[in-house]
Amino acid sequence: MDKLVAQYSRPSHQNDFYTEEEQTDMTGSLPPLSLKFALPPVANPSAFLRAMTDDHSNPSCPIKLAHGTTTLAFRFQGGIIVCTDSRATAGNWIASQTVKKVIPVSRLSRGEDKPSNDPTPGLLGTMAGGAADCQYWLRYLSQQCTLHEIRHKRRITVAAASKILANLTYAYKGYGLSMGTMLAGVTPQEGPALYYIDSDGTRLPGNLFCVGSGQTFAYGVLDANYRYDLSEKEALDLGRRAILAAMHRDAYSGGFINCYHVTEAGWVHHGFDDMNPIFWKTKLESGEFSNVTSEL
Amino acid sequence: MLQREVLLGITGKDFVIVAASKAIMRGPTIIKAQDDKTRQLNRHTMMAFSGEAGDTVQFAEFIQANVQLYSMRNDSELSPSAVANFVRGELASSLRSRSPYTVNLLLGGMDPHTQQPHLYWIDYLASLARVPYAAHGYYCLSLLDKHHNPEIDLAQGMKLLEMCTDELKRRLPIDYKGVLVKIITKDGVKEADFDNDKIVRSA
Repeated sequence: MDKLVAQYSRPSHQNDFYTEEEQTDMTGSLPPLSLKFALPPVANPSAFLRAMTDDHSNPSCPIKLAHGTTTLAFRFQGGIIVCTDSRATAGNWIASQTVKKVIPVSRLSRGEDKPSNDPTPGLLGTMAGGAADCQYWLRYLSQQCTLHEIRHKRRITVAAASKILANLTYAYKGYGLSMGTMLAGVTPQEGPALYYIDSDGTRLPGNLFCVGSGQTFAYGVLDANYRYDLSEKEALDLGRRAILAAMHRDAYSGGFINCYHVTEAGWVHHGFDDMNPIFWKTKLESGEFSNVTSEL
Repeated sequence: MLQREVLLGITGKDFVIVAASKAIMRGPTIIKAQDDKTRQLNRHTMMAFSGEAGDTVQFAEFIQANVQLYSMRNDSELSPSAVANFVRGELASSLRSRSPYTVNLLLGGMDPHTQQPHLYWIDYLASLARVPYAAHGYYCLSLLDKHHNPEIDLAQGMKLLEMCTDELKRRLPIDYKGVLVKIITKDGVKEADFDNDKIVRSA
C-alpha cells in the first residue's frame, strides 16, 4: 500500500529523464560567485596580473587591456538615454572603431538582445574598462536575469540586477577586474532606474553618469544643458553632443556615436553614426569648435 | 593626477577674460584663500599662472620686470604676441637648464594697434599656442567647444565663464575658493566682479 501511495503522490513522469540527484545538480548549482577560475600559479595572482597589464606604470607590459571609452546615461522625463562611442584601444593602438558598447541584458532565449523596430523588453548595460570583463559579466548577468524571470515569473528590477553585478564585482575585488558599467531600465515597480556599478564594488543609483576616459568632457557638455524635462529629441541630441565632445577631445574615444532610448516598453536603438560628418556638420552649421580651423 | 588649480581664458569680439582660482594649497592645507595668481605685464597684457610653488611667482615677476624694462629702454610697448614669444623663449631655455621653471601660463592681451584680442596657452614644456579659449583641465574645454564663438560680447563671455565655474563646482572634488577674474579691453586690464558664492545644484 505504501508503495502504491508513494507512486502516486508525485507526478509520475518527474523522474523519467533526470534522476533526483541530476535535478538538484542542475537547479542547485547556480554559476558560482566564488572563484572557480584558474589563477596563475604565483604567490600573488592579482599583483602578477597588474604587473602584466598596467601599462601606466610599465609601458612595456605584455598584455594591453582594451581600456579608453566614453559612455553616458541619464534619466529624464521620457525615460533614459544611453549613448556611447565605439572605439576600443589597447595601449596606444586603436583595436577597433566599431565596438558595440551598449549590451542588452535581457532574455537571451527569446532573442531579446537583438535590435528590432519595436521597443525590445529588457535592460541595457554599458561597457567601459576591460572589454572582455564587461562582455563576459554582462552576459553572465543576462543569464541570471533570465533565470530570475523563469523562477519568479516576472522581470527583474534594475535594483536587483545591479546588485547581482555589484555583489559579483565585490566578490572579485582585488583580483584585477576592470569595468565601469551603467545599468538602465524602466520597470513597473521602479519607473526609470539608472545604476552605476564598477569593479571596485561601487553601486550607485543616480540621474546622470558619464564613465570612461572621456567622462570629464562628456560631463562638461551634459551638465551645462541637462534638465529633467528635456523632450525625447532634445535628450537624444544632448547625449550625442556630449559623446561628440568627448570623442573630439579624448584620444581614446572615437568612431561611431551609438544611442539608445529606454522606456517602459523596452529599449529603442537610435543610430550608430560615424562621428566625422557629424563633427563637421556641427562645426560648420552651428559655429561650434571654433578652435578648429577648416582653412589652411 | 588630481587637478588642484584652475586657469580659464576666454576671448571675444573686443576683450579677453582670464580667471584664476584663489586658493593656494600645500599638501592637505589651503594656506591662502584670496590669492591673485596673475601679473600685469604691461598696459594691455597680463598673465595667469599655476604650477610648482615658488617657481610661479618668481617666473611671472621676472617676465613682468623684463617686459617693463623693454618698454623703458625702447619707449614702446610690446604687443601680446611679442610678449608671448618672449615668455616662450625664456621658458624654453629654462627647460634646458639645471632647474627649469615648472609653470603653466595663460597670457591674455589686446593688441594696441590692431585692437585684436589675443590669448596664448603656454605650458611648462614651453609649448605656445594661440587659442580662442583655454583651460588647464578637462571639464571646461568640451563646454567651451560647444558654447564659444569668437564674436561674443563681454556679457556673453562672463556668462560662459559662469557656466565653466558652475561645472567645476559641480564636479571638482576640491574647493578652489572661487576665481579671480580679470578683463582685458582696449582700455587696459581691470578686475571684474564675479559671484563666487553661487550654489550649484548637481543633476
